[in-house]
Amino acid sequence: METMTAGDGRSLRTALRRAERARSLRGLGLALPLVLFTLVFFVLPIAGMLVKSVQNGPMPAIMPQTSALLQQWRGTDPRGLPDEAVFAAFAGELRTASQDRTLPELATRLNFENAGYRSLLMATARRLPEAPAGSWRDTLVGLNPQWGEVGIWAALGRASTRLTDGYLLAALDHRRDDNDRVQSTDASRSIYVASLLRTLEISAIVTLICLVLAYPLAYRLATLPESTANLLMILVLLPFWTSLLVRTASWLVILQREGPINEMLQWLGLIDQPLELVFNRPGVIIAMTHVLLPFMVLPIYSVMKGIPPNYMRAATSLGAPFFTAFRRVYFPLSLPGVTAGCLLVFILAIGYYITPLLIGGANDQMVSALIAFLTLQTLNWGLAAALGTVLLVITIALYFVYTRVVGTDGVKLG
Amino acid sequence: MNDAFVTFEKVRKTYDGRTLVVSDLDLEIAKGEFLTMLGPSGSGKTTCLMMLAGFEHPTAGRITLAGRPIDGVPPHKRDIGVVFQNYALFPHMTVLENVAFPLDVRKLSAAETEQRARAALGMVHLQHLADRKPGQLSGGQQQRVALARALVFEPVLILMDEPLGALDKQLREAMQYEIKHLHERLGVTIVYVTHDQGEALTMSNRVAVFNEGRIQQLSTPKELYEHPQNAFVASFIGENNAVHGTLKSVAGNAGEVETPAGLLRCDLLGDRSPGARKLVSIRPERVHIAAAGATYPNVMPARVEEVIYHGDHLRLRLATMGSSDFIAKVPNAESSREFVAGQELRIGFNISDCLALDAPAR
Repeated sequence: METMTAGDGRSLRTALRRAERARSLRGLGLALPLVLFTLVFFVLPIAGMLVKSVQNGPMPAIMPQTSALLQQWRGTDPRGLPDEAVFAAFAGELRTASQDRTLPELATRLNFENAGYRSLLMATARRLPEAPAGSWRDTLVGLNPQWGEVGIWAALGRASTRLTDGYLLAALDHRRDDNDRVQSTDASRSIYVASLLRTLEISAIVTLICLVLAYPLAYRLATLPESTANLLMILVLLPFWTSLLVRTASWLVILQREGPINEMLQWLGLIDQPLELVFNRPGVIIAMTHVLLPFMVLPIYSVMKGIPPNYMRAATSLGAPFFTAFRRVYFPLSLPGVTAGCLLVFILAIGYYITPLLIGGANDQMVSALIAFLTLQTLNWGLAAALGTVLLVITIALYFVYTRVVGTDGVKLG
Repeated sequence: MNDAFVTFEKVRKTYDGRTLVVSDLDLEIAKGEFLTMLGPSGSGKTTCLMMLAGFEHPTAGRITLAGRPIDGVPPHKRDIGVVFQNYALFPHMTVLENVAFPLDVRKLSAAETEQRARAALGMVHLQHLADRKPGQLSGGQQQRVALARALVFEPVLILMDEPLGALDKQLREAMQYEIKHLHERLGVTIVYVTHDQGEALTMSNRVAVFNEGRIQQLSTPKELYEHPQNAFVASFIGENNAVHGTLKSVAGNAGEVETPAGLLRCDLLGDRSPGARKLVSIRPERVHIAAAGATYPNVMPARVEEVIYHGDHLRLRLATMGSSDFIAKVPNAESSREFVAGQELRIGFNISDCLALDAPAR
C-alpha cells in the first residue's frame, strides 16, 4: 500500500500529529496561568496539609541517638523502663538541645502528648548536672520522679519516629497508650468526633432546608418569561454583593432578643417572651441557609432551564395528571441540578467558620473553629491538619458514594 | 356536516388583550378526517392546536370534541395524542418506557402495558430498538417513537405540531407516506399543523389555510391549488404569477381584466364591479409558449429575461404585462426550442388558468 504524504514528503500522519501538537500547546498556554495558580495555591497547600497530618515533629532531628535507641526499646515486650544507655543518650542530647535553643520546639511537641511534659522537659534541662551522680537514670529520677515512669518514655518514643498516626487518631478521639495500643480517649477529652458529627449534622440540615426552599423557587424562575426571571435572579444573587461578615453581623442584629423579628412577633401578640434566636443552633442554621441558598438555586435553575416545556405538555397530553407528570418526567430530569446543588451546599457548609463563630453558642461550633483554635492558639498544626484531612476524606467519600449511585453525568452545574 | 367530531365555534384567542392571534374561528372536523392547518408562522395555526390539546384556553368561543365542550377538561383527560415538534421524548426513559408511559399512567396491568407498547413499536417497525434511550436514535426513529407513543393509548384524536420539521428532505417525504398510511389503516382523526405546503397537499383530506388568525380557505388539496379563493392562498400554495389590473367587463363567471399589455380574459372571483382592482393569478406550468398558428383565448407578447435550467424542466423569467419576473415552466422536451435571453416570444393561457382575484389592499 502506498503511504500518503503531505505534499512536502512527510507522511500525512506526522503532519497531522505536528499540527495537533501545535494546537494543544496553544490550548495549554491559555490554561497555564490558572493551572499554575491552582497548583501553587490549592494543590500544594492541600498536599502540605496531608503531609503535616502524619509528620511527627522535630524529635528525630533534635535527638537522633535517643530516637534510635527508643525505637529499639519500643520493640521490647513486656516494656519496662529503658536502660541506662537511653538515659545517658537522652541526657547528652537534652543538654545539646538546650544549648542550641531547639529544646522549646521539642517541648511544645511533647506537650501535645501530655500537658505537663513541656515544663518537665524545660525544668530538667535547666537543672541537669554536667556529670551523672551515679547513673543517669538515678540522676534524672532524682530531678523529677516522672523520669522513673514509663509514660514519659513512651511519649518520647511516640515522638521519635518521622511519621505518626497520632494526629489522625487524635482527630478521631483515639490515642496510643504507653504500650502503643490504640485506645479511645477519655470521654472528658473526646471533643473531635462530636464536633465532626455536629458539623455533618448542621451541614445536612442546612442542605435540606436550602433544597426545600430552592426547588420551588427554581421551578418558578425556570417557567417564568426570560425578562422576569432575570430580574428575580438578581434578587437571588443579591446576597453575593455584600461580604459574608456583614451579612452574618446583620443576622446578629436581626435575630437578637430586641431585634426586629422578636419585636414584630411580640407586637403581633404571637409570643410573650422574646425567642432565643442567636447564640444557638437555630440562629446558625438560619444564617447559613441564607448565605448558601444561592448555591442551591443556581444549579437547579440552570438544569431546569434546559428542560423543554414540551416534556411536561407531552406527559399531560399522554394522560398524566400534573403531579404524576412532574414526578415521572420533570423531577428525574431536574435531579442532576438537585444533586449538584446539594453537594455544593453541603461541601461549602462543612467548611463554615465565621457564621457559627459569631451566631452560634459554645455547642454550635463546627470543626473549622477547632482547626482555627489548634492552628492559632495551641500551634498543634499536626492535629489541625489531621482534622482537615478527615474532613477532606469525608467529602471525597461522599462524592464517590454519590457518583457511584447516580453516575458522574448525574451532576450538572449548568 | 352534522356529525362533526371536532368543532371550533367563534373561537378567539389573545395573549396581550390587544391583538387577536385567532379571530372568530369556525371549523368543523369530521371523524376519521386528516385535516391540515397550513400557514406562515404567527398565523394562529399552532395556537389552535394548543387550544385543542388543552395547553391554551380560548379567550372567547367554544371548542367541542365528540359533541361535548372541552374547555373545562384538563389536557390529561382529553384522550388526545399529541406529537410535538422535536418529539418531546423523555430522555431518561428507554424507547419502550416512553411508549408505555400513557398506558402506565392509566394504570393498566404490567403485562398488558408491555404487550401493547411492543405492538405499537411494531407498528412503526422499531421493536428492535425498545431498550435504547431516545438520545441514541436518529431523528427519523425518534419521530416514529413519538408517533407510536401518541397512538398506543388509542386516542380519539391525534394532533401533530410540525412533526417533520426537524428531518431532512428525503426522510421527511418517507415519513409523510408513513403517517398517511397509518391514518388510512387506523382511521383515526388527525389534525396536522405545518408551514410546508407540499406536506399539506400530499397528506391531507382537507387543508385549512391560516393567515393573520383567520382561515383563508378550507378545502381539498386539489381545490386549494386549482381554485384559490383569494390572493393570499394563491400566493401561498404553489408557485404563482401575479398580474395586476382593473376589471373592465363581466360576462357570467368570466371577465376581462385590463393589464399593461392588453385585455386578459379570466375566471372571476370576488368583486364583480367594473373598475375593481384585480390580481390575476397564473400558475407557471399553465403558461404556454405560443407556437406560430396555435390559438389561445389569451395571447401576450413577452421577452425572455433569463433561462434557468432545472433538469426535467426549464424556467423562463419573462418580462410581460408590467412585470419582469413572470415565470413560465417549460418541460425539457426534445421539441422545446433553445430559449435565449433577450428573445421575444408570445405566451398563451386558457381562461380557466387565469384567476382574477381581489387585489389585496395596499
